[in-house]
Amino acid sequence: MSTPLLSVRNLQKYFPTSRNVGFRKEKLQVKAVDGISFDLMKGETLGLVGESGCGKTTAGRTILKLIEPTAGEIVFDGKDITKLRPGLMTPLRAQMQIIFQDPFSALNPRQTVGKIIAAPFEIQKVTPEGGVKKEVAALMERVGLNPEHYNRYPHEFSGGQRQRIGIARAIALKPKLIVADEPVSALDVSIQAQVINLIDDLQKADGISIVFIAHDLSVVQHISDRVAVMYLGKIMEIAKTEDLFTAPHHPYTTALLSAVPQPDPRSERTRERIILKGDLPSPINPPAGCVFNTRCWKAQDICRSKTPELLTVGKSQVACHFPE
Amino acid sequence: MKNLLEIKDLKVTFPTDDGFVHAVDGVSISVAPGETVAIVGESGSGKTVTSLSVIGLHNRRVTQISGSIIVNDKNESLDIVSAPLDKIRSYRGRVVSMIFQDPMSSLHPYYRIGSQLAEAYLVHNPGQKEAANKKAVEMLELVGIPEPQVRAKEYPHQFSGGMRQRVMIAMALMNDPAVLIADEPTTALDVTVQAQILQLLKDLQKKLNMGILLITHDLGVVAQVADRVSVMYAGRIVEQGNVDDIFYSPHAPYTLGLLKSVPRIGAKSSERLKAIPGQPPSLINLPTGCAFAPRCEYISLAPSGSCESLKPELLGSNSEHKSRCHVPEDKRDKTFAAEIKGARA
Repeated sequence: MSTPLLSVRNLQKYFPTSRNVGFRKEKLQVKAVDGISFDLMKGETLGLVGESGCGKTTAGRTILKLIEPTAGEIVFDGKDITKLRPGLMTPLRAQMQIIFQDPFSALNPRQTVGKIIAAPFEIQKVTPEGGVKKEVAALMERVGLNPEHYNRYPHEFSGGQRQRIGIARAIALKPKLIVADEPVSALDVSIQAQVINLIDDLQKADGISIVFIAHDLSVVQHISDRVAVMYLGKIMEIAKTEDLFTAPHHPYTTALLSAVPQPDPRSERTRERIILKGDLPSPINPPAGCVFNTRCWKAQDICRSKTPELLTVGKSQVACHFPE
Repeated sequence: MKNLLEIKDLKVTFPTDDGFVHAVDGVSISVAPGETVAIVGESGSGKTVTSLSVIGLHNRRVTQISGSIIVNDKNESLDIVSAPLDKIRSYRGRVVSMIFQDPMSSLHPYYRIGSQLAEAYLVHNPGQKEAANKKAVEMLELVGIPEPQVRAKEYPHQFSGGMRQRVMIAMALMNDPAVLIADEPTTALDVTVQAQILQLLKDLQKKLNMGILLITHDLGVVAQVADRVSVMYAGRIVEQGNVDDIFYSPHAPYTLGLLKSVPRIGAKSSERLKAIPGQPPSLINLPTGCAFAPRCEYISLAPSGSCESLKPELLGSNSEHKSRCHVPEDKRDKTFAAEIKGARA
């Protein structure tokens, strides 16, 4: 087996916060990402799913070192980048890019589309063959935008088109890794499919590795080779997409899959649904033992005292004392 | 049974800097007791404007509105389109109530949950403060909030997103309305919480025999809770029918396109999604013919030129299942049914 492009070990990101207790300030930590490990191969897409507050966005940004990790190890293309200073990160950034969730706030409203897409060349001081302008036009064409719109501003584009601009910017330097943070969740269904297909095509053509962060399981299933399910800063289960969706081993994965309504009224009427009780606990004070124990129907005493490790069950890796 | 809500030929137009927006163009929908009717559409299709008109929350000063929205109460009825404002106010919240999309911005951050709920009751029952407070606690309990007595004294920021949406539902039900309008009630919520809220709405509907008008863009949610469905595109209903007809034998090319473009759990992921090309038209400058024609792949099946020049009527051989399309129905029946089967396999 070849070496992975990205290797994440025991990654943690704690954000400091505080609470007033009488006249004292008590220092606390939000454990946004609490010890996640995974590998990403060349040309592979890893889906990172979970509900809001599970740490998937923080994980994505920490991998790219847009946020400094608290602990752990990030090895990118054979190089340990965990402790790399920002100045030394810059040349590496040409290899790793991000697509943001909100196509409205990810683009500078005062810059033309041409300038936005050309920004990576400017920052990395690269002049592509045939000049920046020609390359930007080619990129626009590639993501399905009309190159004649080079001088237009972001507000003149629809949501789907803006997301295409963000994608053009991300692929401009032919990166090896793209973190796509909910790239289609702000888009309408009919446009969503267009953008998913575009990402799929670009990846196949360029062999990019993608960390695809999303809360929509149907989308993740469609685009990912492997999927990691996160809950409260931890990976609950990680497996090949097919295995995860056909034979989930973690109760949380099972519940998550069961909660997604499918566009199929007949099966929706008869299907048994697992409805989880309550809400996500606070990441400031996560439950002891397994973080999912407060909402799990299989929880026993051991779940409340001992944190389960990510172990191999069948073809998947699962962090559960009582996997299915 | 008599319909609780009857919208007939509703047209809503309002001015913007760029010209008149024809947000809703000839929409007819009815809701019977105990029934859930869904309006599905993408952003800008006119579904929210339709729902706001039903409780008279459109901007009355500038909006041009025509048609009728008849609300039938126990022994009286009212046309929201032509009624005076004070009359509408006496209906709003009491006969027709609404849940909004965003539970974060729909509650007042300065007031306690209990008093915000009580206010909804006091508007229609002035002076009955004690009854209002009692009802507030009752409703919180009904929507599954633990320790309702204690929680009623707390502020919105002490509630999670899912809990706030429960509060919104409790508020909408304070006066036992006959019709509940739910505008994207679960869009802002996580899937596991969405499952809780949808279940809650279903249970409450059974208990109170309410009619629900559900506005959503999520076809999965529609499949789970709706009895009948209206699909909207560019301000018009392009297809209307019961939920099985819409999902298993769609007649409008747009409905078919939507159903084909959603990724499904369990489907083969190696295949490309069948996206609808292009974008929805601007509501200011609608095409003269069928609004979907520029994105439609079935134009060749229709009599030549009709799609570009003529707006199709909402028709159907079965009065329960109608659609707008120039392609003859028997032709659509065959091609579409085969395609939808292919998408599901």
